[in-house]
Amino acid sequence: MAQQTFEEISAADFFYRNRDIAGFTNPSRAIFVAVRELVENSLDAAESHQIPPEIYVRLSYEGEASQDTQIYKLRVEDNGIGVPPRHIPSAFGQILFGSKYKLKQQRGTFGLGGKMAILYGQITTHQPATIVSSTGISKTYMYKLMIDIQRNRPLIVDRRVLINKEMWRGTIVEFTLEGDYFRAMPKILDYFKQTAMVNPYANLTFVDPKGRLYKFTRITKEMPPPPKETLPHPYGVDVELLQRLIQITPYKTMNEFLRFHFHRVGDITARKFLDFSTISPSKNPKKLSHEEIVRLMHMLKRFREFLPPDASCLSPLGEDLLKAGIVKELKPEFVAVHQRKPSTYSGHPFIVEVGIAYGGEIPKKGVFLVYRFANRIPLLYDEANDVSFRVITAMNWRRYRVMPEMPVAILVHICSTKVPYKTVGKEFIADRPEVRKEIANGLREVARQIQHFLSRREHVDRERKRLGIFSKYLPKIAQFSTQLAGREKPPDIEKLLASVQKYGAEEA
Amino acid sequence: MGPKKHKSSILERKKEVLKGLEDLGASIYDQIDKGNFPSLDMPSRSTDNITYDEQIRQFILGDRRVRRSVRNIRHLKPFTQLVWAALFSNELSSQRKTSTLRDVYYSAQAYEMTFKDQQESNNIITDLETILGFSREDFNIFPEERSAVFGDLTIEYTVPGYEGKTLDLTSHPDGVLIGPALTSSEFVRTSADKVIAIEKGGLFTRFIEENVHKKYNSLLVMTAGQAPRATRRFIRRLSEELNLPVYIFTDGDPWGMHIAMVIISGSANAAHLRELNTPDAKWSGVWATDIVNYKLPTDPLDEMDMKRLYELQKDPRYKDPLWRREIKTFMKIKRKAEQEAFSRYGLTYIVDEYLPQKLEETK
Repeated sequence: MAQQTFEEISAADFFYRNRDIAGFTNPSRAIFVAVRELVENSLDAAESHQIPPEIYVRLSYEGEASQDTQIYKLRVEDNGIGVPPRHIPSAFGQILFGSKYKLKQQRGTFGLGGKMAILYGQITTHQPATIVSSTGISKTYMYKLMIDIQRNRPLIVDRRVLINKEMWRGTIVEFTLEGDYFRAMPKILDYFKQTAMVNPYANLTFVDPKGRLYKFTRITKEMPPPPKETLPHPYGVDVELLQRLIQITPYKTMNEFLRFHFHRVGDITARKFLDFSTISPSKNPKKLSHEEIVRLMHMLKRFREFLPPDASCLSPLGEDLLKAGIVKELKPEFVAVHQRKPSTYSGHPFIVEVGIAYGGEIPKKGVFLVYRFANRIPLLYDEANDVSFRVITAMNWRRYRVMPEMPVAILVHICSTKVPYKTVGKEFIADRPEVRKEIANGLREVARQIQHFLSRREHVDRERKRLGIFSKYLPKIAQFSTQLAGREKPPDIEKLLASVQKYGAEEA
Repeated sequence: MGPKKHKSSILERKKEVLKGLEDLGASIYDQIDKGNFPSLDMPSRSTDNITYDEQIRQFILGDRRVRRSVRNIRHLKPFTQLVWAALFSNELSSQRKTSTLRDVYYSAQAYEMTFKDQQESNNIITDLETILGFSREDFNIFPEERSAVFGDLTIEYTVPGYEGKTLDLTSHPDGVLIGPALTSSEFVRTSADKVIAIEKGGLFTRFIEENVHKKYNSLLVMTAGQAPRATRRFIRRLSEELNLPVYIFTDGDPWGMHIAMVIISGSANAAHLRELNTPDAKWSGVWATDIVNYKLPTDPLDEMDMKRLYELQKDPRYKDPLWRREIKTFMKIKRKAEQEAFSRYGLTYIVDEYLPQKLEETK
């Protein structure tokens, strides 16, 4: 009988072996994901303290790697809060270490993406990553790091402390990686443009390997209020979460456990629930058996009297900023935006924001341009599978006088503490009925607004055309009839023209 | 030969036309001057407003009228085109120039008045005819000339440069074109006592060669197929002003029969006009019964011919016994014959034998 060997692998090792699931599928996708992850970390770092983000990204060519791939150096600078020096090695050199284990709306979910990018760079080029950061104090810290993949530990190659006279605050990450920029270029540029659209308060600068500069300038310093951290809602828990909470809880009774670890549970609700689930309020949560924990989870989901989660943990863009972003990046003739009231799916709160834009610099493509966002991240792949795309396709746009051949762009933004992505790659959103309904209602609202705009415009056009026809023919009729009747001067047609105009105005 | 009947008929009519055009202009001018959107009324030309009038033996328009108003944006362009067409006609008439429908279409472009196509400009001219009750020839707009006249008739031109000049219509052996100059001429004298209208140019030439005009004391008119309006009006003037009976010879088929009928009773297309038809003219042949009686070489009637016969059968113009009998005979024998078919009896048979018999028969 063959002996089977079991070995434990580190988190870094796991992701090294399964880098596909984090999006590093091929050289072009890898370079796109690396840029995206670092930019998102930078945006989060600035926004969490209400700092209007200032982000500079540079990709420079370092040499050939193989026939199709090149080596690039990626440098991302931000003006975020900076990382305290003692956390720098772990924050950038240890997978699954980070600050993102709380429930509030954030771009990244696990603090995984940035480190995956660095890990990918190390795997492909065997070069250390350079991190420079300061929290705005008189010193700046510079680390050269590598990741010990087997042990999931940062290896410090070099460390320096520099004087920070200007009291600069922010983080710079620089590392080399293999990639195929020229295939990734369209997506990367799309990514910046769309990121600028939903972050109109951010300055984004990108210098590509050919030295081309792309600059997306903020039009406002106003930012949406930051999300509040929140406890998990009872409807959204699973056994794993319950076990973790039981492990760390300082509370000795079920009543307290429920009240202090869950969102929207007070004394009365806790009592009602415990009565409903026939669990003693004084029971010590640490004494719950595995079966009881499973039962608790089911009962939590079944109990109808929990209030829905409130949305204070969410940070939607808001109608004004959304509109400003669309106007800034698409320069349309008309734009309508709408923010839905908060809703929930499986205990997770979410808010849908939609926008529709018409004309101006929006191209006519024969299909609607669809821009999808989740927690202010542009979603660029797998459009056809996305719930927003499906709702848009299923809608009867003709009813609203909107035709596919018109220059129309539609934007859907979903923000949630847990965006229902269908894959780990964060590229498209699953078709949840609750989410679908909110998107559909939001789109109907902006569709009505664009319908109003289109029909009014059509009316104005018609009237202008009508007046044009009268102005063309009335003088001729006057002239011909004057000659025909043998009169001296043509009759006055101004009164008739004026009445045509008045008639048109009455109709409008 | 009788005395000249209507010495000044041509000039009188010209005056009326000019007056009509000027009044139209004045009416529109005044409406605009008063601050109103000008409008025009005219009888409707739609088929359900066309009826056959037994009294005057032609199609006429009923009481239903349509209004073209400038207030209606869809009428604006046709209305402008109509006023322009009136002005154009006015200029033609007063400058004594003539023109064709094709000319009208192109001339409009000089006034930045484009017509979509020939049909659109033709329709506008027809509107003008309907409003004023004159035919386009009165506005000096003529179709291509193709019919001709020959015989002892002296005419006096009224066209510029020829005023007062006379012409004897026997002076040219090919006949004289029935064009603008001839149709606007006054009739001075004739020795003829009848008019013979012939459908085809070949037979017209044969008749001239065989001296039919002398032998039967007649004026010969070649209609060249369906007679143009100018020719129909010319035949009417011959009949009316010179008091001459008119005999019509066509091919022996439904189409020939209808050529004769349009000369006699007019067409539905011209229901808005008067005095284009000659109600007393006679269809003298070739009849279906002639085909039988003269044992003419024939061709079978095809599907189109039969269809046409069924249409004619329902036509109110075909209610006289002679016409009904001929339609029935055609349907029975299912054969047709051309005028040239008489050549089987020799080239002169038609002139020496057939013609006198038929003139007598339809007298």
